Amino acid sequence: MAEENYINLTIDGTQVKTKEGMTILEAAKSVGIDIPTLCFLKDINEVGDCRMCIVEVEGRKGFATSCIQKVEEGMIIHTHSPAVLEARRVILDLILSNHHKDCLTCSRSGNCELQNLAIKFNVQNIEYTGKQSEHTIDDLSPSIVRDFNKCILCRRCIATCKNVQKIGAIDCMNRGFDSCISTVNNQSLRDVNCTNCGQCIEACPTGALREKDNTDEVWKALKDEKKYVIVQTAPAVRVALGEEFRYANRYKCNRKNGNGS
Amino acid sequence: MKTLQEIAEIRKNKREELDLRVNLKASTKEKHILVCHGTGCTSSKSPDIIENFKKSIRDNNVDNVKVIQTGCFGLCAKGPIVIIRPEDVFYSLVKPEDCEEIVKTHLIEGKLVERLLCKEINDSTVKRLDELNFYKKQKRIALKNCGVIDPENIDEYIAFDGYKAIEKCLFELTPDEIINTIKESGLRGRGGAGFPTGKKWEFTKMAKGDQKYIVCNADEGDPGAFMDRSILEGDPHCVVEAMMIAGYSVGANKGYIYVRAEYPIAVQRFQTAINQAKGYGILGKNIFGTDFSFDLEIRLGAGAFVCGEETALLESIEGRRGQPRLKPPFPANSGLWRKPTLINNVETYANITRIILNGAKWYASIGTENSKGTKVFALGGNVVNTGLVEVPMGTTLREIVYDIGGGIPNGRKFKAAQTGGPSGGCIPLEHLDTPIDYESLAQIGSMMGSGGLIVMDDSKCMVNIAKFYLEFTVDESCGKCTPCRIGTKRMQEILQKICDGKGEKDDLEKLEKLANNIKRASLCGLGQTAPNPVLSTLKYFREEYTAHIRDKFCPAGECKALANVRIDSTKCKGCGICKKNCPVGAISRRNKTAT
Ligand SMILES: Cc1cc2nc3c(=O)[nH]c(=O)nc-3n(C[C@H](O)[C@H](O)[C@H](O)COP(=O)(O)O)c2cc1C
Ligand code: SF4
Ligand code: SF4
Repeated sequence: MAEENYINLTIDGTQVKTKEGMTILEAAKSVGIDIPTLCFLKDINEVGDCRMCIVEVEGRKGFATSCIQKVEEGMIIHTHSPAVLEARRVILDLILSNHHKDCLTCSRSGNCELQNLAIKFNVQNIEYTGKQSEHTIDDLSPSIVRDFNKCILCRRCIATCKNVQKIGAIDCMNRGFDSCISTVNNQSLRDVNCTNCGQCIEACPTGALREKDNTDEVWKALKDEKKYVIVQTAPAVRVALGEEFRYANRYKCNRKNGNGS
Repeated sequence: MKTLQEIAEIRKNKREELDLRVNLKASTKEKHILVCHGTGCTSSKSPDIIENFKKSIRDNNVDNVKVIQTGCFGLCAKGPIVIIRPEDVFYSLVKPEDCEEIVKTHLIEGKLVERLLCKEINDSTVKRLDELNFYKKQKRIALKNCGVIDPENIDEYIAFDGYKAIEKCLFELTPDEIINTIKESGLRGRGGAGFPTGKKWEFTKMAKGDQKYIVCNADEGDPGAFMDRSILEGDPHCVVEAMMIAGYSVGANKGYIYVRAEYPIAVQRFQTAINQAKGYGILGKNIFGTDFSFDLEIRLGAGAFVCGEETALLESIEGRRGQPRLKPPFPANSGLWRKPTLINNVETYANITRIILNGAKWYASIGTENSKGTKVFALGGNVVNTGLVEVPMGTTLREIVYDIGGGIPNGRKFKAAQTGGPSGGCIPLEHLDTPIDYESLAQIGSMMGSGGLIVMDDSKCMVNIAKFYLEFTVDESCGKCTPCRIGTKRMQEILQKICDGKGEKDDLEKLEKLANNIKRASLCGLGQTAPNPVLSTLKYFREEYTAHIRDKFCPAGECKALANVRIDSTKCKGCGICKKNCPVGAISRRNKTAT
């Protein structure tokens, strides 16, 4: 490849040569520097909403959004300067200040990107406490439970539903602190064009979206002497089973693609 | 359709006819009664005034008098305003029922209606419009035609050099020459950030793309700001013409103006202007027989402040939720429908035709080293002459507040001036001599903003003011990014706590830390500037915050929770009137004194 397709920059004091068109996040990763992200899902949700991935670029006012912004020749980047670390800590604090923190009983406990970041940042207390959003849990859908008291408004679910599944059942409603993920006229997911594919759950970094748990019903059916119980696996389930056995998933858009965990 | 020659003829004939509008000594038998038909005066019944004048003129058989609706004269505090030309008599606070008297006394008897004459604030002398202190230090470039022409009459616009600049551009200048002229003029964006306009045009011209767009930002969402509205209401054609010039310069054939729907008069006038320009063949295909075509459309905004942010505005025009996009890429490279797009503010455009006709040198001779030309401000708050003012850059705040604004009413003292709206800061007395330009204002913790200028007297509590602006941003945050969505809410909660007398020792430190992080980490300009009112009041009025927190005392007496009424027991006679009258039963009676 011709020389001009490469870009020279400095990340945390290290001279880095990267391909043109790379994001700052990717360039940092290429030299082993981990920048936390929350809302970022490669190719699917590249919006820069959560602000966790901010970095300092010398000579620029304000922080750069590393998950989207491309590298430029001569950039001098600081990914872990005191100012950046403080800002990330404040952002995380703010997110946690408006989050139902019932981690112990949460379906995502131990596998939650937000929880992992809280551990990574050694969050021991929340500095900016205040009003919390109150949402009623929507569990009317046969397969998806939505608890927006845990939503961090990363919008990965929206992007997945709209851009990957091409359904567009959900979008953002209201403004500012009252923003929330919603459906047309704020109906239950049961009553809109949701196809129950469950990809939004896969995309969600927190416990705001989860599968409906039917274990009790299965047990009940199994215990029912008069019932002949058979198993039928949906395509999505087959993919999930395959994943458990480490088959590659070509359509992967799940949480493991964002980092931060 | 009109040919260039026909338009030149209209210009010449109409200009002669309208000479009395600008020339005190115009030799004419005609008189024009100019009535402000801007939003302010309209809501004080100026349409009725126009009707009554017409009726009265008919009833009294007065000849050679025309009643003309115009845009804003500026001195809104004295509206509705009526000016009679050529003698330039200025009647203020006119009511519909006064029209008959003006017609009889002024027009028929040739005497002045003394009681309606506009008087100077401090010495009560009667002055002509341009002799009033309010106008003396002003210089009208963007507002040149406001209050002079009928905005709904294209011929009147043409009479005052209208559509001459586009003609000059199409036949005498290349796009590069135009862009150079704008660059050399030193014009910077009037929408707030002050980006050099010529450079922006150049970037858009250089951007690769088969289709380019011109956009005018008329969202004007700052509380108290009405500069852009007044320009659109008073001189819509100058924005149409400037957008055409921009289109020709950068290679765009389509323009959109994004106006908030709360500006019905501006919308209607602008639509009329578009229709008239199309009717004359000035807008449309192959303008004046050249191969330049340009079309213009209005898009209505629903009144979200964030839609004034250029990328949110573009999203909104495209029919999506008005949320900012991450920059870069900037609109010049990737704007409307991801095509190269030039977006400028109304007032920025309003300067263009004058620069083209009078030259870059002329424009650059006005203002300061880095801020050229003039700036329009909507002067409001605790100041005598509220209204619309246009001053050369470099004018000091003191001149605006005292010389033009007439000072602080009700014998109170100046406390602070707020510029830049919810993105700006509060400027204290010690900085009153700061010259108005982009850099100086930023240096003292405020910003030029789009031109809201609110004066506050000593009855205002600065903590409460900061809270007011924060409440505005909390309401208007789009909710896309974390620092702004949750952070401004938390700031507002802390401020509320302080105003409620529940502030704690470390609140100010927490507030400052949060503010600085929101400023740096937010995605768009709204969040990046939202903490400014808090930071600037913390900087200049910190002792007021401390008084609220430490002494549980509001020095200005505005915070109700901290109001503390004491009864001087040596003077109390125990009459009990206070107990009887207190609506909430806060007073009880013991022995002789109320407690
Ligand atoms: C929250 C926010 C609101 C804004 N509102 C306006 C507005 O009402 N009118 C305007 O012209 N510019 C507004 N701007 C600035 C625009 O983003 C943009 O910079 C401007 O329209 C560019 O034009 P100019 O270069 O002529 O100033 C706003 C910016 C922000 C961040
Ligand atoms: S529900 Fe989950 S994926 Fe959707 S915005 Fe909230 S946190 Fe993000
Ligand atoms: S700073 Fe505020 S208004 Fe701007 S994108 Fe973020 S949430 Fe929206």
